[in-house]
Amino acid sequence: MMVPPAEEPFSKRDQMSTPAIEMRHVSLAFDEKPVIDDVSFQVPPGGTLILLGATGSGKSLLLKLILGLLKPDRGEILIEGQDIVPLPETALNAIRKRMGIVFQEGALFDSLPVYENVSYRLREDGERDEAKIEARVREVLGFVEMEHAIDKMPAELSGGMRRRVAIARAIASAPSIMLYDSPTAGLDPITAQTINVLIIKLRDLQGVTSVVVTHRLQDTVVLTNFVYSAERKALVPAFTDGGPRRRGPVLFQIMREGRVAFQGTQEELARAADPSLQRFVA
Amino acid sequence: MQSFLKRKVLAVQDFVYLFAYSFRNLVSPPRYYADMLVQMDVIGVGSLPIVLLTGFFTGAVLALQSYRSLARFGEVALTGQVVALSVVLELGPVLTAIVVAGRNSSGIASEIGSMLVSEQIDALRAMGTDPQRKLVAPRFFATLLTLPLLTVLADFIALLGGYLIAFSTAHLSSKEYWVPAYQSLGPHDVVQGLLKPFVFAVIISLVGCYFGLRTTGGTEGVGRATTEAVVVAVVLIFVLDFFITRFLIGIGFA
Repeated sequence: MMVPPAEEPFSKRDQMSTPAIEMRHVSLAFDEKPVIDDVSFQVPPGGTLILLGATGSGKSLLLKLILGLLKPDRGEILIEGQDIVPLPETALNAIRKRMGIVFQEGALFDSLPVYENVSYRLREDGERDEAKIEARVREVLGFVEMEHAIDKMPAELSGGMRRRVAIARAIASAPSIMLYDSPTAGLDPITAQTINVLIIKLRDLQGVTSVVVTHRLQDTVVLTNFVYSAERKALVPAFTDGGPRRRGPVLFQIMREGRVAFQGTQEELARAADPSLQRFVA
Repeated sequence: MQSFLKRKVLAVQDFVYLFAYSFRNLVSPPRYYADMLVQMDVIGVGSLPIVLLTGFFTGAVLALQSYRSLARFGEVALTGQVVALSVVLELGPVLTAIVVAGRNSSGIASEIGSMLVSEQIDALRAMGTDPQRKLVAPRFFATLLTLPLLTVLADFIALLGGYLIAFSTAHLSSKEYWVPAYQSLGPHDVVQGLLKPFVFAVIISLVGCYFGLRTTGGTEGVGRATTEAVVVAVVLIFVLDFFITRFLIGIGFA
């Protein structure tokens, strides 16, 4: 495959600007069994963090920690510069407004139709103007190309459609950070690609900082080596002369039993000597 | 052994917290009125047919047995009184609570459990909703409001069932059944009979929510949570019924 030109090494990057997401020495144990062990990383605004690792290595837990759904035993978690660990639930809700999450199976509320699912957060944030709500719901459903399903119930949707509605629901409040928990798991390759395009589109058109947990190597290849071209309305290879550029770097982090086994760019990963990491190299 | 005891104590602590939060969430905003109405429909209106049906047959069989027993002592005239007191004090509140627990503790546990394992509860929290307010409080409130009403209706239909038997089998006249039935009930009896449903409503709703919220282990865990919720709710209803009665007698109320 194509080898992209070298990116700056992870450590030297964006030291000046405040990272969108930062973890400092975060540890968490369940019943005295450590599940997250001294994890530190930074994601600059507009950047992409790809979390790889075996099942149970703590990838999904990191997402829940970023959202404040779980509290770490030790360490700091900074969202756009603010430590969220000491915050009570009410203050966390203000921070969570800046974040959207797509859960593994979508986690749509199955008692509510698509329209109510997508508008849920707008109502929760106190929006009462139904015309505004409907306009926003149609806008985000249009973005994920699911406007036709507006009155359907989640049970009537296929796996890929449910994932797309979940993305629409997550972006309804225009978050600056998006978290994806295995967004393509269990999808056929073509549907998975449409989800990847959406992730890239959000990242490159709106500058959304993305954290993507994935098991699929193909996803990492697409997320790293392609950008969304607004003119051509399609993905184009990154790093082409005169083409659109990524707003932020794509960083890889490989988790193993709650610890960080590798951190760096795709290039650094390709050069990593540890043979156990090689299976993550495309 | 020590960790077993620790787990049990922690479970009681969690349950007390759930109880305290539920009360707080009723008296402070935000409240989810639409969810409260939906739950009142599900728990109250939904349980009505089965509560009336069981109430009717409870009253009928009670009249049948009391009449046969009382006939041995030549006290058939007491049938109305026996039925009224048994129904209003015990059978009405307890059997209604058992039926509603079987229907709704399980329903609540399985619904909340499914939402938990499919990450819908995390999604709620991620979107700034407190699941305690959105899911627990409406179910708590709806049960608290509808169970006493269901109990009153069950009491009445049970008395009616007893009357049909007294009239047809024991050959008591309407007057011979209803007058002693009515006169035997003092205000204390009615208060006791209406106090119990409120306590049982707390058990039915919060036990369901408690087991739903601590579901682990995927869909299999949902099944387990559902079973546990019904078993614990039913056992607690019987045990608390005894202690409430004992307490009320102790303070000279009953």
